[in-house]
Parts: sequence; C-alpha cells; structure tokens
Amino acid sequence: MSQDLSTATFSGYRRENGRVGVRNHVIILPVDDLSNAACEAVANNISGTMALPHSYGRLQFGEDLELHFRTLIGTGSNPNVAAVVVIGIENGWTQKIVDGIAATGKPVTGFGIEQHGDHETIMEASKVAKEYVQWASELTREDAPVSELWVSTKCGESDTTSGCGSNPTVGNAFDKLYPHGATLLFGETSEITGGEHLVAERCRNDEVRERFMFMFNRYQDMIERFKTSDLSDSQPTKGNIEGGLTTIEEKALGNIQKIGKECLVDGVLDKAEAPTGPGLWFMDSSSAAAEMVTLAAAAGYVVHFFPTGQGNIIGNPILPVIKLCANPRTVRTMSEHVDVDVSGLLRKEMTPGEAGDKLLESMFRTANGRLTSAEALGHREFVLTRLYESA
Amino acid sequence: MIDFVVHDEGDSVGVVVVEGVKAGEELTGWVMDQDVEIQFKATSDIPIGHKLAIKQMKEGDTVIKYSTDIGKVVADIGIGEHAHVHNIKTKRW
Repeated sequence: MSQDLSTATFSGYRRENGRVGVRNHVIILPVDDLSNAACEAVANNISGTMALPHSYGRLQFGEDLELHFRTLIGTGSNPNVAAVVVIGIENGWTQKIVDGIAATGKPVTGFGIEQHGDHETIMEASKVAKEYVQWASELTREDAPVSELWVSTKCGESDTTSGCGSNPTVGNAFDKLYPHGATLLFGETSEITGGEHLVAERCRNDEVRERFMFMFNRYQDMIERFKTSDLSDSQPTKGNIEGGLTTIEEKALGNIQKIGKECLVDGVLDKAEAPTGPGLWFMDSSSAAAEMVTLAAAAGYVVHFFPTGQGNIIGNPILPVIKLCANPRTVRTMSEHVDVDVSGLLRKEMTPGEAGDKLLESMFRTANGRLTSAEALGHREFVLTRLYESA
Repeated sequence: MIDFVVHDEGDSVGVVVVEGVKAGEELTGWVMDQDVEIQFKATSDIPIGHKLAIKQMKEGDTVIKYSTDIGKVVADIGIGEHAHVHNIKTKRW
C-alpha cells in the first residue's frame, strides 16, 4: 500500500552535526595499505567494530591525493558511522584525516605506527575502540522525516530487464521521494553515453547543465585517451552482454530510467563530494559498482538502491545496499542476494507504481534497522577510486 | 502471458522476458508505453533478456529502443530474429 511520504518517518541516529544515520558503526579506518593489518587486528580484538581495509594511500599526489583524503574523511564522516579510529603508517596524513572527520563533532582518534610498531599501536587503538563501541551501544534511534534521508542509486550487472523493470522502479521511488525533500544521487558517468542529451534536458538550469556536460565530456576524453578498442569487452561488461545488452547506448538508456520521469537534476558533484542541499544530484563517478557505492557513502548517503539484472552481489561496509531485480531467472537462481523482487512488472502482474512502493517499503525497513541481504551475507566492498599512478 | 516487452511502438526491437524461447514459437509482446499487445514468430532461439527484432533492419540502419538510437546494424536482421552483438554495434567509442 502506498505510504504518505509527507508524514512518513524513519528511525535513525542523529549525529553531532545534525545529520541522521541508519546504522551505528564504529569503524577502524586505515590511511594506507600498510595499516590494514593493524586495523584488522583492532577489529578482531573489539567486538562490534569493523575494519575497512583498502589498497592505497602511499605516494599519491595532486587531485588523486585530494580524492583519497575526501573519500576517507567522507567515509568517517558518514552519519551511519558513530565513531572512528584512524590508523596510518605516519602521523601527518593520519592527523589530516582525523581533523577532517572531527569537523562533524563525532569521536575520532588517530594513531601513527612509526616509532611504535604494530603491537603498541594495536593495543592503544584497541583501548580507544573499546570505549567508542561501548559508548555507541547506548545511542538510541529517533524518528526523522523523509527530508532527512539521503538515498543514492547505482545499478550493476545490468541486463535488458534492468531497463524495463528494476531501474524504472528506482525512478518511480525517486519521483516519489523528491517532492518531500530527500537528498538523492545518481552517477556512472560513462554509462550515460548515448543518453547524455536526456540527462542534460533534465538539468534544473543552464549552469547545472554546463557542469554536467563538463563532467560527461571529461570522462569521454579519459576513455578516448586510454581505449584500445570500442570498449565492447568492458562497457557493456561480459555479464551485460550475456544478459542481452548489446551497446553502451542501450545500457545507458536503461541506466537513466533510475532518475524517473519527473525529478530534476539540481546539482553536479565531483567524486566523493557532499551535496549542499536536498534534491537530485549527479556525481561524476566510475560505473564499477564498488567504486561508485564507496563514493556515494563518502558523500554522506545512508541508504542505497541497487538494481541488478544478471545478479551483481555488491555490498558496502557502512552504506546498506538494497538490491532489486526484475529478471525472473536471477530472482530464482540468486534469491539470497535479492531484497526486492519486481519481476512481476514484466508479466504485467505489478505496475511501476506498485513496484516503487515495494522498494520504498524496503527502504523504510532497512533505514529502521533491518539488515539488507548484502549486509547479512557480509559484503563489505570498500574500493577507492584512483585517478592515475602514484608518484 | 507476456513473452517479450517493447518500450515504445516506434522501437525496432523487443526484449524476451521468458526462458527457453525456440525458433518457430509464436510470441506475445507487450508495448509498454502504448499498453497494447502484439504477436510475432521467433525465427531464432532467443535467451531471456535478449532482443527480438520486430522490424526488418538492413546493414547501416539505426536500431531504435526507448524511442532512441542504440546503435547501428552491421548485418541484416529479419523480423523475429535474435538481435545482439553479432548484428548490432555501438556508434560510440
């Protein structure tokens, strides 16, 4: 049954900066690849904490380094995170990330490994992590309106059923959330190729349109610079082609069904950049699932809609990923990964409006605390986007 | 029973939404934007999610889906035939 979104509430954790999260994680965040082992040791020591290992953070420079900092600071700042322990090989970059997260007002402490070694660092960091997780365990949820909910979307292992079923379902839900002041996000810059004119038409004004086309063309230039073929082995992916998608244009036109029919594109963000107000935002981003969802989490989004056709299984450590699918074969063979089955759409047993309502119901249940399939299955893909080689 | 869906009546292809379509089968399609049903005979085996041509297409033609250009025909495609990477390519990149 359709819910009145003007009065609907979800139950979340109000953070020090006023944002509302739907999870209460205490994370152990490495600054760099070298610090993964210490972070994982702390998370093993202290129940209820989670390490976020990743592969980078050494000798990066320029815009690529700025993106690294923005992503890690944004991840720690996300309202789904209650408190953060940061561990880096040295103090300088560690402190930079601590200071960035501390601006939200949440508890955060950093540790540099040099001159201490893993053992002492793990011991000291574990003491702080224990205090944080006990403190966080007493925080309680409070009701908040839809206008305080930030919802991102990105699809993956799409097939033709994505474009006629699961992606329009997200579009329907976005069209319903938009008038109530929710903060929404889509991206996947290369995957708009062939439909860029349609997104440009949906931009709120010329300024937004120019910024969108700047981001779109910047990505096209990167592809033109590095490509060795027409990308028909990469974009569409082998899984997309197996699922019946033939060209990037066809994939893109299915992809942009996710922004619905009514909501306007209100602003354009660079990778991992946080929006400054409600509405629908476009983020320049990779179309690789874990990269894009990691960037959405770093921008502050707290719930994610992930339509799939062939069965992408992605999750994220801090951002609950709700999977929806319209392909009856995938729903049958991979049911443990599917949160919302909208395959009835393709049999005319369900209308797009009913499918959108079903997704929104799942969104509220997830926001209120129900674990998504990806969370229950332990999917924590945390993948940093790189722009170029390290120095 | 819907065997394939078409986004718009102007499109040149539909999407098979049932498993195990074999050459020679009579298929029922649903044109979503106009909400009408159409009938075509499959002339190839077509896996679920793959496309069926509902218009005759010649090499060099533009393929239309979502009322929009999705690429070019690189080998002639007959009505009811499987339309995919063997007969359609991107116009980009």
